[in-house]
Amino acid sequence: MLEAVANGLLTGAVYGLVALGLTLVYGVLHIINFAHGALLTLAMYAAWVAWSVFGLDPYVAILPLVPIFFALGYAVQRFVIGPASRGEDSNILLVTLGLSIVIENTMLAIFRSDTLSVQVPYAMEVIEAGPMLLSFPRVVGFGVAFVVAAVLFVILTMTDTGRAIRAVAREKQGARLVGIDVEHVYAMCFGIGLACLGAAACFLLPAYYVNPQVGSGFVLVAFTIVVLGGMGSFAGALLGGLLIGVVESLSGLLLGESLGQIGIFAIFIAVLLLRPQGLFGARA
Amino acid sequence: MKRDLAGIAAFALAVVALAVLLDSGVWLTFAMMALYGALLAQAWNLLGGYGGQFSFGHALFFGVGAYAQVIAQVTHGVNAWAALALAIAAAGGVGLFVGALAFRYGLKGSYFALVTLAFAEVFRIGALSVEFTGAGVGMMLPLKESIANLQFGSRRGFLLLIGGFVVVALLVTAWLRHSRFGARLQAVRDNEDAAMAVGVDPYRVKLAAIGLSGAFMGAAGAFYVQVFQYIDPGIAFGPHVSVEALVGAIVGGMGTLWGPLLGALALHALADVTRNLFGQLPGLNMVIYGVVLVLIVMFLPRGLTGAGQPLVRWWRRRRD
Repeated sequence: MLEAVANGLLTGAVYGLVALGLTLVYGVLHIINFAHGALLTLAMYAAWVAWSVFGLDPYVAILPLVPIFFALGYAVQRFVIGPASRGEDSNILLVTLGLSIVIENTMLAIFRSDTLSVQVPYAMEVIEAGPMLLSFPRVVGFGVAFVVAAVLFVILTMTDTGRAIRAVAREKQGARLVGIDVEHVYAMCFGIGLACLGAAACFLLPAYYVNPQVGSGFVLVAFTIVVLGGMGSFAGALLGGLLIGVVESLSGLLLGESLGQIGIFAIFIAVLLLRPQGLFGARA
Repeated sequence: MKRDLAGIAAFALAVVALAVLLDSGVWLTFAMMALYGALLAQAWNLLGGYGGQFSFGHALFFGVGAYAQVIAQVTHGVNAWAALALAIAAAGGVGLFVGALAFRYGLKGSYFALVTLAFAEVFRIGALSVEFTGAGVGMMLPLKESIANLQFGSRRGFLLLIGGFVVVALLVTAWLRHSRFGARLQAVRDNEDAAMAVGVDPYRVKLAAIGLSGAFMGAAGAFYVQVFQYIDPGIAFGPHVSVEALVGAIVGGMGTLWGPLLGALALHALADVTRNLFGQLPGLNMVIYGVVLVLIVMFLPRGLTGAGQPLVRWWRRRRD
């Protein structure tokens, strides 16, 4: 039981890490990025290729992957999502859905549906914590989730870009009037969101595996967390992630492996119906 | 209305003519699958195009229809035609249930899309985990060819069956375009507050639309089972059907009578051509659907029918 809770917390932190990027994009652009899960899949394949082709340890691959995914996110928002949206939310929803279909199935065509994983010496290592044995890569992922959240917090509160992002999130027209390039800020935001995914992928890979569907497994979980934690709230994303991780782990323990996921979706539907502003969200 | 009905009658004749005249199995199969795609797109269009509620999980109703069709026949020995009615009713009922939950709490836009997706996912995992759906193994429909069993020896019978469904969907869509109910639904789509101000109850209107849409998806699911005689949770509730329904309607033109049919035909033709060019790569079909979806939203937001409208107008002017 205790071990299930601890493992749930470890998994939950990773969920939170994935949800951070989603919540940032939602908080500022007020769009639901449907391609988030597919982009995570893409990032995990990128980390896998870095390991299998270039021999980079996933923890080292984070150095090239984060800037690459930042640039990718910037370009996608600036040249695909932005122009396609024409100010309509439903268009954004459809374009990101289209992107996710393209990415997932391109991965399927290239890598087939085989499940791939990396072999690194520390993948199987465990850390003894009192009576529990915790997997080393998962403990690292747990720590990194909080570091990334802290870094995001610093970027948003202390840098000029962060101030511009918050200004745009609060009042788009006003920000434009005082000379902020809103399209640039949107693209920056999307880039940062994807950079989070790049980092998340590198810390996920040693503990998990990758196949074309891996992201869609995460995406509904990430949406659940974002909705649960309140759209656009970082603390909400992390806490929501931990909560969901524990729920999944416990319902898996009590109901069996396959039904564990149903617990998550039940929470998701219930939260959407009863409290769409989230547990920590203020807006009604 | 008259022009719509004349067009539908012409279409029905064309389907019958195709079923009688087509000799090659390849073309019969193509026509059948294109019309099956059209039915999916038409069902989505009723709710998404005319009601403005974008569902990302329409496979939910498809899967319910498919499983109802096979479970009624195999487990309970119900006649295939009666099972078809059950399947349609079950899918419509699930539509009403999801709609009652989602619309009661005022879910709109992205939230509605997400909740439909989540429901489809819950049903997929549920179908994988319980006994009466055959879990991950799926369910087979034994081969018993006869019209009473809704199993036709050739594709001709199935082409007529799906053509019939498509004609009914066209008639319902034409009715939406010219009835009070349709006007209310479109008013809710365009401006819910304004519609409420003139006395329309958005909840009831949207609920009726999702029930209707679900029923047609259920018919498509039942048809799928009768043709392929097999269903499993991934086929039934996975993303493929949801995407096909949505992309077909959007490519053809949301909220139009002929759009979904046109969109589905175009997509199936495109998918066939690329299959001939590149061979059978896994996922290739879906890549095309995704690319087409992005391009259409970027460049032709009103779909193929929207793009063709200036042409039609020009032709009418010339004729007059």
